[in-house]
Amino acid sequence: MTAASQSTRTEGVPPDVPPVEPVVPDPEGPGRSPASLARQAIFVVVLLAFSALFVYPFLWLVSASLKPRAYVFDNRLIPSHWHLGNYVDMWHAAPFLRWFGNSFYIDGLAALLVTFASALTAFTFAYFRFPLRNFLFGCVLATMMLPGAVTMIPVYLIWHHLGLANSQYPLWASNLFGSAFYIFLQRQFFMGIPREYFEAARMDGDNYFTMFWRIAIPLAKPALIVTALFEFKAKWTDLMAPLIYLHTDSQFTIPRGLYALLGQWAPSAGGHGDYQLLMAALVLSTLPMIILFFLGQRYFISGIAVEGRKG
Amino acid sequence: MAVASTPRNPTAGPLTRARRWAAGFRERDTWWAYGFLLPWLFGFVVFTAGPMVASAVLSFTDYSVISTTHNVGLANYRSIASDPYVLKSLKNTLFMTAMWVPADMAFSLLLASMLARIDRLGGFFRTVFYLPVLTPTVGVGILYLLLFNGSYGLIDRALAIIHVSGPFWQTDPTWIKPSLVIMLLWQVGTNVVLYLAAIKNVPQQLYEAAAIDGASAWRRFKDVTLPMISPTLFFTFIILTISGIQLFDQVYTAFYNPSSQGTSTDASLLAVIYLFQQAFVYFHMGFASALAWMLFGLIMVVTVVQIVVSRRFVYYEGAAK
Repeated sequence: MTAASQSTRTEGVPPDVPPVEPVVPDPEGPGRSPASLARQAIFVVVLLAFSALFVYPFLWLVSASLKPRAYVFDNRLIPSHWHLGNYVDMWHAAPFLRWFGNSFYIDGLAALLVTFASALTAFTFAYFRFPLRNFLFGCVLATMMLPGAVTMIPVYLIWHHLGLANSQYPLWASNLFGSAFYIFLQRQFFMGIPREYFEAARMDGDNYFTMFWRIAIPLAKPALIVTALFEFKAKWTDLMAPLIYLHTDSQFTIPRGLYALLGQWAPSAGGHGDYQLLMAALVLSTLPMIILFFLGQRYFISGIAVEGRKG
Repeated sequence: MAVASTPRNPTAGPLTRARRWAAGFRERDTWWAYGFLLPWLFGFVVFTAGPMVASAVLSFTDYSVISTTHNVGLANYRSIASDPYVLKSLKNTLFMTAMWVPADMAFSLLLASMLARIDRLGGFFRTVFYLPVLTPTVGVGILYLLLFNGSYGLIDRALAIIHVSGPFWQTDPTWIKPSLVIMLLWQVGTNVVLYLAAIKNVPQQLYEAAAIDGASAWRRFKDVTLPMISPTLFFTFIILTISGIQLFDQVYTAFYNPSSQGTSTDASLLAVIYLFQQAFVYFHMGFASALAWMLFGLIMVVTVVQIVVSRRFVYYEGAAK
């Protein structure tokens, strides 16, 4: 194991979910000689140049969303003609309010369900010893490797036979049963909780479920937040499932709606090319993710670090 | 874990061991455990294991939801071999993956190793590089359409400044995939964060020792950083390859929306796009299931090859995995 996990262990934090390191000056920092300062300055300049490349599409997007239709593609960063009305017009041009509502409802429900269902499963694999445990956990790991394309068609057929293939249920209902990657991630976390905590609870007369609910869940809060954030983000950007299951305007999620509008508004499809409205909608659809990211930044970053460690 | 699953008395015969194992099912804790596992078990059987079997069975039929189903034997697999679009989509997919994965890894490694060397602004840069990851993939597809547009796109305007006239990115078959890869590189943020964490985990003493030996910065990077973060590199190599083979959202948005039908060329036909069309546009469910299994096989083969080939390049601290 690496030095990092040793240090986390001494701090009493469960291994494998690193304490979120605040952005400290890098310990590797090569002293303070003038040469290294100069080198750092060069790095900062180069990184700033790259940052410009990363940020530019965003700025272009925001700027285009503030221009009248005729000026969307003039590529000026500061619009020569302002049209803030795009952000008002878009709500009338398409049922965006409905789509945002759908996305929040489906994605929120999906995130919540998968978090607790995965937690229950992860806790079981971490705490209990029972026959077939390793085999079943092997099944969890195998599921993680399985490409979605293989099960996509039969799962569609199940919903079709239930008469729900044209509904929003398929987008969140399977989350009721947990998801392999999150089970893996949370199990790592639960295994780091000292067993004595649970033994003490058992002395107090807790049964296993109250133990899970009163001890494990509160202690695993960081892992649960990571799960919820990741799942929300995954659903918020997912296009494939909504393409398969959602066929009427009023059911659409944001990505599905944007995809439909792109086809509908393009001049080649007989539309007026209302890209300024599309841009405004795109800005608004990215905004919730950015806000979530800033609220939960440390969870995002530590979640990615765990993701990397499963290898 | 290994300790727990080993029988307490190693000399006990197989029968005794089996009996003890079976006795585990009678314990109260086991019932609790299986009770807790019930939701996942149900989901696993209904949404994973069952569908896998069903998909294998379907691949030998001409199932189409609407008309009656026949057993067609290996016909679907035979048409895979003879369908020119299958070959085309596979070539496109592998070509794009082969371009994207190394480019993505090299680019994020470059950014991460610079990030690891600076004392200030690290958090700011990390956030900036990660932000594009939060854009919905549909948005990436739309941005691609607008930024790489041949007549008024931003990229061509930028090239015009240095007096280069860009190619027709979206209609010229040779440029479609490279331009898509450039667009995908906008979302390298996840890997940057991963590599940065890995580089910061490299023990400082190794660098000090290397410096005492007079190793240049490049040598320190090549002989200390790279081997030490090779498990992370290897992991992302595999994950990126798997997701490369399954690319869908961005390309489907850009080239397969109602307005682009007819204008798009086969150059952007990817394996999962073809699979999706066969299954949910034409309802050739049997054929599409066969395609899915072929894709699964491809991913397995590629992953195994990667594992075997990479084994000698990956350094695991402590025991070999």
